[in-house]
Amino acid sequence: MDKVQNNRAWFLVLPVLVLVAFSAVIPLMTVVNYSLQDTFGNNVFFWEGLGWFEDVLTSSRVHAAFGRQLAFSAIILAIQIPLGIAIALCMPKRGVWASVCLVLMALPLLIPWNVVGTIWQILGRTDIGLLGYALEGLGITWNYARNPVHAWITVVVMDVWHWTSLVALLAYAGLQSIPQAYYQAAKIDQASRWKVFRYIELPKMQGVLLIAILLRFMDSFMIYTEPFVVTGGGPGSSTSFLSIDLVKTALGQFDLGPAAAFSIMYFLVILLVSWVFYTVMTNLDKAEGR
Amino acid sequence: MSLVLDGVSKVYDGKTHIYPTDLTLERGTMNVLLGPTLSGKTTLMRLMAGLDAPATGRILWEDKDVTGMRVQDRKVAMVYQQFINYPSMTVYDNIASPLRLMGVSKAEIDTRVREAAELMKLVPFLDRRPLELSGGQQQRCALARALVKGAGLVLLDEPLANLDYKLREELRAEIPRIFEESGAIFVYATTEPEEALLLGGNVATMWEGRVTQFGPTPQVYRQPGDAVTARVFSDPPMNFTRIVKAGDRISFGEGQTAPAAGALADLADGTYQAGFRPDHLHLAAQGGDGLHFQCRLKVTEITGSETFLHLEHAGDHWVGLVHGVHELEFGAPIEVWLDAAHVYVFAEAGDLVAPASYATAA
Amino acid sequence: MAQITLDNLAHSYLRDPKADDDFALKQLDHVWKDGEAYALLGASGCGKSTLLNIISGLLVPSRGRVLFDDRDVTRQDTVQRNIAQVFQFPVVYDTMTVGDNLAFPLRNRGMDPAFIATQVQKIARMIGMEDVLHRKARGLTADAKQKISLGRGMVREDVNAILFDEPLTVIDPHMKWELRTQLKALHNEFGHTMIYVTHDQTEALTFADKVVVMHDGRVVQLGTPEELFETPEHTFVGYFIGSPGMNLIEAEVSGSTARCAGHEVPLGGAYKTLQGRVQIGIRPEFVTLAEGGDGLPVTIRRVEDVGRHQILRAEFAGTPVTAILPESMPVPAGADRLRFDPDRINVYVDDWRVTPLHPVADLRKEAV
Repeated sequence: MDKVQNNRAWFLVLPVLVLVAFSAVIPLMTVVNYSLQDTFGNNVFFWEGLGWFEDVLTSSRVHAAFGRQLAFSAIILAIQIPLGIAIALCMPKRGVWASVCLVLMALPLLIPWNVVGTIWQILGRTDIGLLGYALEGLGITWNYARNPVHAWITVVVMDVWHWTSLVALLAYAGLQSIPQAYYQAAKIDQASRWKVFRYIELPKMQGVLLIAILLRFMDSFMIYTEPFVVTGGGPGSSTSFLSIDLVKTALGQFDLGPAAAFSIMYFLVILLVSWVFYTVMTNLDKAEGR
Repeated sequence: MSLVLDGVSKVYDGKTHIYPTDLTLERGTMNVLLGPTLSGKTTLMRLMAGLDAPATGRILWEDKDVTGMRVQDRKVAMVYQQFINYPSMTVYDNIASPLRLMGVSKAEIDTRVREAAELMKLVPFLDRRPLELSGGQQQRCALARALVKGAGLVLLDEPLANLDYKLREELRAEIPRIFEESGAIFVYATTEPEEALLLGGNVATMWEGRVTQFGPTPQVYRQPGDAVTARVFSDPPMNFTRIVKAGDRISFGEGQTAPAAGALADLADGTYQAGFRPDHLHLAAQGGDGLHFQCRLKVTEITGSETFLHLEHAGDHWVGLVHGVHELEFGAPIEVWLDAAHVYVFAEAGDLVAPASYATAA
Repeated sequence: MAQITLDNLAHSYLRDPKADDDFALKQLDHVWKDGEAYALLGASGCGKSTLLNIISGLLVPSRGRVLFDDRDVTRQDTVQRNIAQVFQFPVVYDTMTVGDNLAFPLRNRGMDPAFIATQVQKIARMIGMEDVLHRKARGLTADAKQKISLGRGMVREDVNAILFDEPLTVIDPHMKWELRTQLKALHNEFGHTMIYVTHDQTEALTFADKVVVMHDGRVVQLGTPEELFETPEHTFVGYFIGSPGMNLIEAEVSGSTARCAGHEVPLGGAYKTLQGRVQIGIRPEFVTLAEGGDGLPVTIRRVEDVGRHQILRAEFAGTPVTAILPESMPVPAGADRLRFDPDRINVYVDDWRVTPLHPVADLRKEAV
């Protein structure tokens, strides 16, 4: 329903617009500016056109980072979404234990990124870390600093530990909103546990799961701090995800032009993928209703 | 004091929710919007309140154009189907809240709150919180809050729909009394014909975004202007059958004919829809210009004092409501009688051609 | 289908109930016949939902037993009892088609696909949804969804009972008619034992063979709609059934005459001396208006035209009295007396009906 028109409302939005301009639009324009020019320092710039974009698009290093990034996000989603749902299904629905579980589940979410990285970095070490030591005892020499597979497993496990709670909490909220009558009806219909999940719980959780997938995708696509703390993007460049690669380019090598072009494309990719995700999922919803 | 809707319409997402509507509601009247769900009752109320802006047309309040005015600046009170109160406040504070916003003095608030509570029988509960009250009391609290404002326009959107049957009956009997004491314009939306009749006043029957008829409630009930109004304002629904008039006889169903008596005598030859209410069907001849029909009895429902007959007549589904308890065999043929004075004749397109003669005589 | 026996049943939500008031459902002892339609009628909080939950197996009663035929099912769950239930709000599997929704309870029980197909067709025809069998249930209106729920409740033919928990709450008045008639027709056809919970007297009376009126955790009367109307066993039944409810007037009764505030009212039967609070009850349908002469002198407050009849609201010695007058009967200006049909008067002591010593002349069935 549209409301009675009142143009005074725009004045109330003004402060936010100013804030957004300073915090987002102006920095973004600076990046656009860098991405189209070259410099040899001393604030002397040359027009470069779309040259940097071409370089980035054809760079095999960027391609490799992009591939790693996609693989990482895909693995994360494939583990965290089902695991989160499973945890939510196992959590008690009410009573004291429900609150206890909620608090426990929320704990990992409260820890800052770099601390998470440090925790796992230490945990995985064979000399002082419990995990590394235990694996050593099992005959596996855990070395995420040398072995790319170990590095990947460490980073993935760390992310799963850190963020599955979010999916679980969202899924839990979705489950809690299902009226008891549905479960009673399903019982009377003699639906199996799987069918209850497939035809009641999953459809009712669809909305929150969409949000969970979007959040987890965007977040994992931009992951930086944790792998940087644990592996520094190594060994070699085996855990150099897009943002790590970007920072290496921009700060490590001071190639501001390519880094700017890179980050603009990075931004566009996230925007695009999120948009595709969102429209596909919501259209799916509408098409079913027809 | 009056509220005038002048060609008001509402379009939302390219779909017309309210077709251009003219309506004049006078000071001190009870006006019932009667129609099924989604017929546009709530939309029309939101337009009256100023919660929505109309697509076309003007809204006049006391002859002033208030079309663009915000709801906060109008003197409007609204009560909803859900019991909406401030849960953390006592009943007293709930009722007092609109007055506090208006900056009324403490002493004045106290007298007005107590008056409203007296009227709504809430005096013993003034210190309780809404959730400690029964549904009926909660809705009384919401009504008291609406009344205490002294608003010139009070909108009630199916206020009794969520209440138990008997509570509904009690509040329904009280609302006209409350309304008489307030002197405001009341607008009351309901889906139930019986409720409209009990409330009295005026009724606007609504169907698919249109006000099909507006007038004093008993008059609209007895003299509906078209078949749609008749159907909306009848519970159980009005029965219809196709009749063909030729000369001094009418034929209906499968080859049944009857003399064209009463109002039917004056009709031009042609095909019509005849409509009659369930309570005008009888199981025995009543004298007068009686029509009788051969039907098949599908089901009966007994209320204790009356019997509902679900009949099939030449493919039409009819309902009859007769006095007394009748144990009849399902699926059996049955004869029912109808006084021609109780028959409304509609053109095939739906407009009224001849009203039932009993209704115009009364 | 089964006969349901409620054997000394009582329920309290408290762990250690002592006083009568601790019980949400006070002791009751009933046998509900196989193949009959019962309605549990009462205001909210009267215990009708508690009773329904005990019958459906969602709640184990604090005392007593529930028997289906001769089988003790008190501690069995809903599935073991083999019953169907329709809830107040639609329960529909959104991602399934309408047809799959209806077929669901049958498929889960591994029935023959051909049988399922015919059964689904039959139910779909009954609820008027044959055209939308292949449409997804998501996005349908609440009406349509509730029809699916009703259909799913009735699709199995071998159930012991079908329970309905205020199933027409979300349905439009016009549609209520249709659905109720279909339910009734279905009951006639298949003879399921049906139990229908509602607070709406019209729904209860028209649907059920027997209506169980509940008040304050107690069954105050179990009877046919006719019995509830003609001889309410408790003043609550008189008040709750009928619209408006029964008139109740304080009286002293001796023999076959009642005295109300000094005015004599003839009764249809003779009574022994009554102790306690005595009232006479008369339905507004059996009250007639007169000008002078016999009857109670009243002040007329208002006349409401409700279409098919008029409701006259009057006052006698501070007690409101209502009468139902025929449609478009003019009310004479001098009318000031209300007369009661003696055979239709019931006498109550402390809210419970007392039977006269000589039975009232057989109530004419074809009344009026």
